Amino acid sequence: MKLSGSEIIIESLKKEGVDYIFGYPGGAVLHIYDALFAAKDIKHVLVRHEQGATHAADGYARACNKPGVVLVTSGPGITNCVTGIATAHMDSIPMIVISGQVSRHYVGSDAFQEADATGITRPICKHNFLINDRESIAETFRKAFIIATTGRPGPVIIDIPKDLTDPNIKINFEYKKNIKIRSYKVKTNECEDKIQDAAKLICSAKKPMIYSGGGVVLGKASTELTKLTKLLNFPITNTLMGLGAYPSSDSQFLGMLGMHGTYEANMAMHNCDVLLAVGARFDDRVTGDTKQFCPKAKIIHIDIDPSSISKIIEVDHSLIGNTKKILKKLITYTEKHKKTIDREAINKWWKKINSWQKKKCLSYSKSSKVIKPQAVIETLHKISKGKSFVTSDVGQHQMWVAQYYKFDKPNRWINSGGLGTMGFGLPAAIGAQLAFPKEQVICVTGEASILMCIQELSTCLQYGLPVKVINLNNRYMGMVRQWQEFFYEGRYAMSYMDAIPDFAKLAESFGHIGMVIDKPENLEKDLTTALGYKNRLVFVDVITDQTENVYPMIVNGKGHHEMHLAPSANEDIELA
Amino acid sequence: MNIDKRHIISILVENEFGSLSRIAGLFSARGYNIHCLSVAPTSDDSISRMTLVTNCSDTKASQLMKQLDKLVDVINVKDLTDETHIEREMLLLKVKSTLKQRDELKRLTDIFRARIIDVTDTTYTIELTGPTEKILAFIDSLGKIKIIEQVRSGALGISRGSESLEIKK
Repeated sequence: MKLSGSEIIIESLKKEGVDYIFGYPGGAVLHIYDALFAAKDIKHVLVRHEQGATHAADGYARACNKPGVVLVTSGPGITNCVTGIATAHMDSIPMIVISGQVSRHYVGSDAFQEADATGITRPICKHNFLINDRESIAETFRKAFIIATTGRPGPVIIDIPKDLTDPNIKINFEYKKNIKIRSYKVKTNECEDKIQDAAKLICSAKKPMIYSGGGVVLGKASTELTKLTKLLNFPITNTLMGLGAYPSSDSQFLGMLGMHGTYEANMAMHNCDVLLAVGARFDDRVTGDTKQFCPKAKIIHIDIDPSSISKIIEVDHSLIGNTKKILKKLITYTEKHKKTIDREAINKWWKKINSWQKKKCLSYSKSSKVIKPQAVIETLHKISKGKSFVTSDVGQHQMWVAQYYKFDKPNRWINSGGLGTMGFGLPAAIGAQLAFPKEQVICVTGEASILMCIQELSTCLQYGLPVKVINLNNRYMGMVRQWQEFFYEGRYAMSYMDAIPDFAKLAESFGHIGMVIDKPENLEKDLTTALGYKNRLVFVDVITDQTENVYPMIVNGKGHHEMHLAPSANEDIELA
Repeated sequence: MNIDKRHIISILVENEFGSLSRIAGLFSARGYNIHCLSVAPTSDDSISRMTLVTNCSDTKASQLMKQLDKLVDVINVKDLTDETHIEREMLLLKVKSTLKQRDELKRLTDIFRARIIDVTDTTYTIELTGPTEKILAFIDSLGKIKIIEQVRSGALGISRGSESLEIKK
């Protein structure tokens, strides 16, 4: 079969099973768009800004565990993608970004819309390619998909000069699925002995703790993690990225850990004697002061990335490889050794944990005058029965979703955990909604974040995406204000929003339904109405308490046992 | 464990566009210094070999090795520091050589088994190969002789014995 470079790109994407491309056309990719125009099996989603394309592809990938694909032009096309690529990279999301480049004879001449795409993206992607000849297009695409989706996943950029996509020059096309990349191998150190040793150590624990992260979601190991945890009857906590991998409604789940984690999760971390870390990377927002992290614990770390092992915290036992496979084997060995578990000690440990839970660290003062943001999330959870896909932006609202929307399934909670990208939520919801057209997708955002990618409301109209946007509007960059209240004596430098648009009208001008909720008594009724619209995007502007803070909180540089609790938390309970 | 020391690292890397930037970029992004770096093709044209010298603690070095290994273009990487290995560096030195200094310079060159490779009426250009300490000792020994230009290759390293850095990935 003889094909042009552009046709080879489209055929390669088909062979990889790509159903959606998120993109924006421009000079350097017009040949590719022309070939795409003729393609029936691939649907293109036209975003309104390239950053939106990357977040939408990212949201798609997080929702359905398939790589998201982006197509943008050279110069500003690819530079606009930088934030989205970095977001995906920090959270290990598989993504393919195809960027046009000026024709080869212009490269290096400061041509119109020329930017060094591979140079700019090098530090924020898993790998990138600049294609130099037509013959290597197909092979490069196959390599890119292998690299993006295997091992620790991540974004891969393919930069392709315009002349290589010329529709008039055709070459033989063959797509070889089985290719080897000499310098790329997914490393493992798993062997039966090591896993058996880990199982023995786990079963010897008197105060065990399981701490799992995004790696369980990415590794599709939620079932195995749940099975192992149930088998052991041990307490478990999830990181921000790992929420949903273990059902939040289960009694063994202690909530999220870390800076805004629960009292019981953080105290259990601080006091445990054996810690099983699964697909988590000991991020600073999780560990707090590393010198005080799990001071009494032997640590077992399961991860697919060798460089995650002992990067932040020295671990005693590492199992490197596919999380699902390792957990399966760990279950087998645990079954073998489980009679050695000191059940009396575990019961005592649970009693201690129950005493921490009595703190009720997530309680907040209810109000009949102002809408409490926590109440909005709890109400959302109630109405949607906890079954929605929820995307978020970054800040207080993100933490409140993490704390109060109890996710029971993986892939349902979609947020920018590593990079902390404001503007992520709405485009990510586009991706999730396209991946699951029949499911409810809610974007919880704030009035500051939403304005960073508000233009994607237009994309939602074009493709009829019935996303529900819940805007927690407190007229502040809430998390910035919170830190200024705590650490800058209440000097709210530039953290207020002085000229907020009328969001309901703004949404209407984009062709959607706009609503305002400003009274606590209307919250449940109006949210129910909003979520009830099956085929329309509804933008709900919820006017919330301006001064509410996210609790509990571990201040930077403090240990897990040094949390600030909400003023409303149960102070009568004795500290550990 | 946590005291900075000199680490000499050998890297086999795909001889591809951008490979050097990836490695150099990793060092700057993660806050490591590069004391010196040399790159050249191997007997296999598609593979380059780098030798890199950096100062860091053993803990940081072990993280660095993992990060280097994680780069898609890197085929193999090895920290030569704690195993028996041979290091060589080359120095090209252009010095002022007045009539009075010529004998002394020739003597020093002989003592260090260096070679004079270019001569003008006012200068000598000297070539010296050896471990870094020898290079430094030679430069030191010149005393008041004026150095006009100094070029060093940076260290090259190879393990002793039959050990080799394989293409094993």
